[in-house]
Amino acid sequence: MAHSRREQLNMSGILSTLIWLPVLGGLLVLAAGRWSTDNRREGLAYWLAISTAVATFVISLPLFTQFDTSTASMQFVERAPWIQVFKVEYFLGVDGLSMPLILLTTFLTPLVLLAAKNVIKDRPAQYLAAFLILEGLMIGVFSALDALLFYVFWEAMLIPMFVIIGVWGGERRIYATLKFFLYTFLGSVFMLVALIYLYLQAGSYSILDFHDLPLSQVEQTWIFLAFLAAFAVKVPMWPVHTWLPDAHVEAPTGGSVILAAVLLKMGGYGFIRFSLPITPDASRSLDLLMIGLSLVAVVYIGFVALAQKDMKKLIAYSSIAHMGFVILGFFIVWKILARTGVTDGAVMGMTGAMVQMISHGLISGALFFSIGVMYDRMHSRQIADYGGVINTMPKFAALIVFFALANAGLPGTSGFVGEFLVILAAFRADFWYAFFAATTLVLGAGYTLWMIKRVIFGAVANEKVAQLTDLNGREFFVLAVLAVFILGLGLWPAPLVDVLSASVEHLVNHITQSKL
Amino acid sequence: MAEIFLACGLCVVLVVDLFVSDRNRDLTFSLALIVLIGTAWISWTTGHAGQVLTFGGSFVSDPLAQLLKIFSIAAVFVSFLYSRDYLKQRNIFKGEYYVLGLFALLGIMVMISAYSMMTMYLGLEMMSLALYAMIAFDRESPVSGEAAMKYFILGAIASGTLLYGISFIYGVTGSLQIGEISAALTAGAMNETSLLIGLAFVLVGIAFKFGAVPFHMWLPDVYHGAPTSVTLFVGTAPKLAAIALAVRILVEALGSVGHLWEPMLLVLAVLSLAVGNIVAIAQTNIKRMLAYSTIGHVGFILLGFVAGSHAGVEAALFYTIVYILMAAGAFGMVILMSSNGHDADRLDDFRGLGRRSPWFAAMMLLLMVSMIGVPPLAGFYAKWWVLTALVNSGHVWPAVVAVLFSVIGAFYYLRVIRLMYFDDAEGEAGAPVAGGWLMRTVLSANALGVLALGILPGGLLEMCARALSG
Repeated sequence: MAHSRREQLNMSGILSTLIWLPVLGGLLVLAAGRWSTDNRREGLAYWLAISTAVATFVISLPLFTQFDTSTASMQFVERAPWIQVFKVEYFLGVDGLSMPLILLTTFLTPLVLLAAKNVIKDRPAQYLAAFLILEGLMIGVFSALDALLFYVFWEAMLIPMFVIIGVWGGERRIYATLKFFLYTFLGSVFMLVALIYLYLQAGSYSILDFHDLPLSQVEQTWIFLAFLAAFAVKVPMWPVHTWLPDAHVEAPTGGSVILAAVLLKMGGYGFIRFSLPITPDASRSLDLLMIGLSLVAVVYIGFVALAQKDMKKLIAYSSIAHMGFVILGFFIVWKILARTGVTDGAVMGMTGAMVQMISHGLISGALFFSIGVMYDRMHSRQIADYGGVINTMPKFAALIVFFALANAGLPGTSGFVGEFLVILAAFRADFWYAFFAATTLVLGAGYTLWMIKRVIFGAVANEKVAQLTDLNGREFFVLAVLAVFILGLGLWPAPLVDVLSASVEHLVNHITQSKL
Repeated sequence: MAEIFLACGLCVVLVVDLFVSDRNRDLTFSLALIVLIGTAWISWTTGHAGQVLTFGGSFVSDPLAQLLKIFSIAAVFVSFLYSRDYLKQRNIFKGEYYVLGLFALLGIMVMISAYSMMTMYLGLEMMSLALYAMIAFDRESPVSGEAAMKYFILGAIASGTLLYGISFIYGVTGSLQIGEISAALTAGAMNETSLLIGLAFVLVGIAFKFGAVPFHMWLPDVYHGAPTSVTLFVGTAPKLAAIALAVRILVEALGSVGHLWEPMLLVLAVLSLAVGNIVAIAQTNIKRMLAYSTIGHVGFILLGFVAGSHAGVEAALFYTIVYILMAAGAFGMVILMSSNGHDADRLDDFRGLGRRSPWFAAMMLLLMVSMIGVPPLAGFYAKWWVLTALVNSGHVWPAVVAVLFSVIGAFYYLRVIRLMYFDDAEGEAGAPVAGGWLMRTVLSANALGVLALGILPGGLLEMCARALSG
């Protein structure tokens, strides 16, 4: 650790900038919106928001270009005392597991803001500001290496998200946002107690210290369960997933995108940053539970998705099923090891899970954007209200069909890479795991393509569809950029896998060694 | 000493006020503020690093006393600032209000520095009598009168109980002085039954002052009935006196028999958390809601004492300070909302505030979120420290119960946010909030203070940690 900290000192500041620039930008946007009663000034808030988000993205690029793929230790480290009485530090850093997620965040936020133009008419400046502040906090979650700092970001995120869903959401937005807040808050407070316990054992809040902290099996089990409460809700895993369809359906388009693309990943990230390395023995003894829950999510939620009449709800359930894959990839490690005796398969599964997280972020984001495009025109999310959209919106149809195929795991798209690696790894663990996991290929294709058939293809269903106008330049840009990345990652996943590999290997080696 | 200056100062205020016409009442107001600043300055400069006893060992000056005094003076100062416009609009902007307030503060300061049970009781009575009068200050209002009456009768009973308990403890240990009681108890060989009875009665008195369940009945009625500026007063500085009472009696005097009072306190704490947080959900009046929320917070504060360690008490101290900061802001918000004459104390009055006055809605958002205990606001660190102390002393289950109830509590704070942002105002209530520059500035500073303390809590944490170790 000391070594890598020294060599990275010249880079320090970048993570802080990434966290605080959007937050400050958000406050500025709020201030700009305060004086904007007329439309011209609204333009100012908008311009300010977009440029902040784009600047953040540009600043985040060196994280990728200057990333050292040969080491699993933390990079771009920043460390300063924060609350000295309790040895809490302002401690930031990224490794191969968190860096891609930060890039995903900085990449999607400008798109979300771009898509909001002319669509959000009620208090637009506040909407933009909420997303910028949220962006900063999300980056904070992914880069915090001090558990209390992590918790601060983790919880603070709830505030802008609560407001976003509650103010700009659909009809049942109040129910949805309260459910979202209380569910996630309930999960998180257990984590807080666990973190406090770990602090008292380790004498500091550094997550890296937690990783090396010896704990008994009983302690590990309780801590694991507390973490599970927090992360399972966030992922979300069956059976604590019920907040997600409500939140997704009622959230505005941007909210759904960020929720699906980034917020859900925090659950997955929590598992690999906390649960697995801090409580490896508990994870091993409870891995059947986790595998079981994730397979239920894959299969059962897949069927649930098939039955949906609301497009957003369908994609929401599809997200749950896809996240089930991620959890499966994380927790089959020990089964593979027991069966094969080597960690190759485990590394493959975990890499697959990570790729799946990034890819799902892009794909589900793109699908929610697409549904948003239709909703802005028709003000309906019901599949039954559509039909034959391809006749009036050909450009749009081409893109959404592509996204749907990616969601179903078509080879050549990023959706394929992650799922394939996880299924392959599952085969090394047990045939039946792989069998159930593979049903997603059928079910996923089923529910996504069936929706597309009903919405996009066929004859023009009604008057409203007949009057639809195709994508405007802004919408086309947003969707096309996403499509390029989905395709790129599918054809050439090597850069992402390179970034992941050292950290994933380190993690697998770490968790396969007992702490007892 | 600060108390002497305060006593003289308040006499001056009293006399000056006699010769001031109603139109120049601001003079009394300013004078009261000057007295407060002077008192604070003296408390600040005369602090001692160690413990110094005077008046035959019945009065103490130590870092804890200094910290508590400065914060109670600050709380009174802020509540005076909040009260000015409110009282003016109701034609009760009278000098007596400030004189009574200063008297209450004097009582509070005496309680804080008391090192003998008798001094403590005197301070308590001085504070309480002034508070009774303040609650009934709006003579025209029958609700205020009722609230004052309730507080007076129940308060008298509680004081009696406390005194009765003190007499038992005197009987067992042969002294009223905190240090001597502690020494006698450490020496051992006590009549444990009498001690237990005395302890129970003392605990009832303390619980009453805090408003812990099941001795909380007065709290919602008083908070609701009193003029809002008085509610703000009652809800802030006296809590610091209560914590002083608890620290002096439970920790410093009876610390060695912690195994006797900790279980009792645990029951009170858990009950307070449960009743406070659950009943608050059913309230439609924001003052009553905040009253029940106070009860819930008191549960948390008492849990700090249950932890039985120094860290626990420090956490309780920090929690109390943070709590009064948040409560001052929340009641200040109610006062601000009431600026156009009628008392806007129904939750529905907050409807659509996010559109009417975005700035103040944002301030209220910060305060409510802080009360829930969401970082990065001060309320989080308060809960976190108490939890740390609890887990550290092996009380993991109370910690889990506490966080569960704080999740339940989140619901009614969120409802306020929901009303402000998600609902629109109905009818004629769609006007932005009025209110003078003083109110606006103080409220903004208060809420931003909660945020600032949330981002950089280190200083205050350290102050509290040092107050008890001295």
